[in-house]
Amino acid sequence: MTFREAIRKAMADEMASDKNVVLFGEDVGVYGGCFKVTEGLWKEYPDQVIDTPVSEEGFTGMAVGAAMMGMRPIVEIMYADFYTLIFDPIVNHAAKTHFMSGGQFCCPITVRLPEGSGTGHGAQHTQSPEGLFLNGTGLKLVAPSNPSDAYHLLRASIRDNNPVLFFEHKLLYPTEGEISQTPVELGKAKVIGNGLDVTIIAYSHAVLTALETAELLREEGINATVVDLRTLNPLDKETIFREVRKTGRAVLIQDPNGIGGIDAQVCAAICQDQKTFASLKCRVLQFSGKDTPIPFSKDLERLTIPQAKDIAVAIGKLF
Amino acid sequence: MIDKNLCADALRLMLNSRFFEEKTEELFKAGLIHGTTHLANGQEAAQAGLCLALNDGDWIVPTHRCHGFTICKGSSAQAMFAEMFGSRHGLAKGLGGSMHMPDKEHYNLGSSAVVGSGVPLATGIAFKLKFDSTKSAAFATSTAQNPKTCPPVPVKNLSVAIFGDGASSRGSVHESMNIASIWKLPVLFYCENNRYGMSAPSDKMVSVDRVSDRAAAYSIPGKVVDGNDFEAVYNAVMEAAAYIREGNGPCLLEVMTYRFKGHSKSDRRLYRTSDEEQMWLLRDPILLLEQKMIQNSYMTQQEITDLEKSCRADIEEQAKKALASSGEKLSEDEVLNLVYATKEDRL
Repeated sequence: MTFREAIRKAMADEMASDKNVVLFGEDVGVYGGCFKVTEGLWKEYPDQVIDTPVSEEGFTGMAVGAAMMGMRPIVEIMYADFYTLIFDPIVNHAAKTHFMSGGQFCCPITVRLPEGSGTGHGAQHTQSPEGLFLNGTGLKLVAPSNPSDAYHLLRASIRDNNPVLFFEHKLLYPTEGEISQTPVELGKAKVIGNGLDVTIIAYSHAVLTALETAELLREEGINATVVDLRTLNPLDKETIFREVRKTGRAVLIQDPNGIGGIDAQVCAAICQDQKTFASLKCRVLQFSGKDTPIPFSKDLERLTIPQAKDIAVAIGKLF
Repeated sequence: MIDKNLCADALRLMLNSRFFEEKTEELFKAGLIHGTTHLANGQEAAQAGLCLALNDGDWIVPTHRCHGFTICKGSSAQAMFAEMFGSRHGLAKGLGGSMHMPDKEHYNLGSSAVVGSGVPLATGIAFKLKFDSTKSAAFATSTAQNPKTCPPVPVKNLSVAIFGDGASSRGSVHESMNIASIWKLPVLFYCENNRYGMSAPSDKMVSVDRVSDRAAAYSIPGKVVDGNDFEAVYNAVMEAAAYIREGNGPCLLEVMTYRFKGHSKSDRRLYRTSDEEQMWLLRDPILLLEQKMIQNSYMTQQEITDLEKSCRADIEEQAKKALASSGEKLSEDEVLNLVYATKEDRL
């Protein structure tokens, strides 16, 4: 099953089990969604798939209100870049509802945000804005890297009683994988491999880069463990610390630029944990996107994102 | 003229609201309440007129100037004072303050302090109310159906999106009106026009003569009423609510009123004249209702004076009780545990 199909199946399965699961978004009905993620969903669940006008702030705010009434809305924001339009309903309202009402209201909304570059859409259709939501206390941030995690994490996000932002890297949509029978909880990272030389921490599309890097390193006789964060907030610090202590070398990879991002947060956590910090044999290496808007030109666009070859060379110098 | 008991209920709520604001101002001046407050003295008819015309199960999303609406929806004044004292006995356990007094039991979502942002939330409540009332694809995405032309689906309850003249310029308000119109959502857009958005006069900031004129742009009914006349407000809300309950979609009602006090406690009111303020004091909604009730022999002056005394004594008593336990705050752990909901939270 592809990543795209896994996301559709997660929505369909949740819609089947709970009538209060409703999808709002632009062109999510007959059109099938801008990335064909919702294709055909409206035929099976005509009451639960709702095409909206081009009013991101309005329909996201509306979904927040409906969630406070006990619905479990899913909102598809056509491109994650339009996050600017939903900051108010999500950060000022959804994130704070449970707290500010003294626990009277929950806001179980899931916002799906197709993100990332590599598609040649220019700087306003290719961003990965997850880092910007780290300060929005009360939000959960999820970014799967494969179809199985996408399926299980989206189901878990919809069922969670908190607002969840679900980031889907657009380059992952056609990737294939088996769907595991075992559900995945929010807040749990996944460990891939058991290399004892270096721990590479990544999430979303950058996990593919991390796996490619690990492969290149193996040819050099360096064995890596890859940690797929899966949930970006709250971070699974327990797994991060355990896996970094195991190798004493931490390498962080993310697609968006590095200032104030997820990896900066992971790095800070590693540095603040006495035992993990003490276990480090070298400095932490952080590979992030270039600090520039995403260029249109194909080659330039590719260069803004960390590349496995460069990372493998840099890691090799640690030994 | 509306019925005697209704007038008596209205007068009691309006007096409670006024005395609540007066007590709040006194407590702020005495330094007993932290933060800021937004008083609604002078807007009592707009608040009581709305709430008395609603049914049980009808939701409101008030503005940051929310005390009167909260009282009129039935919340305990003691819990409201407790909220402003920051105590655990407050409506929001002391985490909200003067601008945030949600009360689920009384169908009050609480206000957004980002003016105009409560409007989409109220539209979302209306979505849920309609969603629960329909068994068909009322919001159909299939090309064969257009929800705009679907026959009306009657709904039991509605939600009220309350906003001020200032908030009427927010994009979220316009987007909500468009969405509510195309899906015929049971929401009453209730513009409480008190003539100023902080210091900005609405006639300088709003492109139309009346905010309600904008209803035409969304193909919904719009009406303007005298917000200082309880009866006018009540009747207009009853009429709009009946239209909405029939399933015809939203209405926009603009109630023209005036805030006697400044925007917040720091306001020196440099943007308006004392002549203007004096003129409006003569149109005090409580005074107008009392005069009407005496003219109609609903109450005597003595009965009104007695009611005023008992309302004031009640508010004093509730403030006193809230003050007595104002030192009882949430612990740091309890605060941290409220950031995220748990699986056990009831939706």
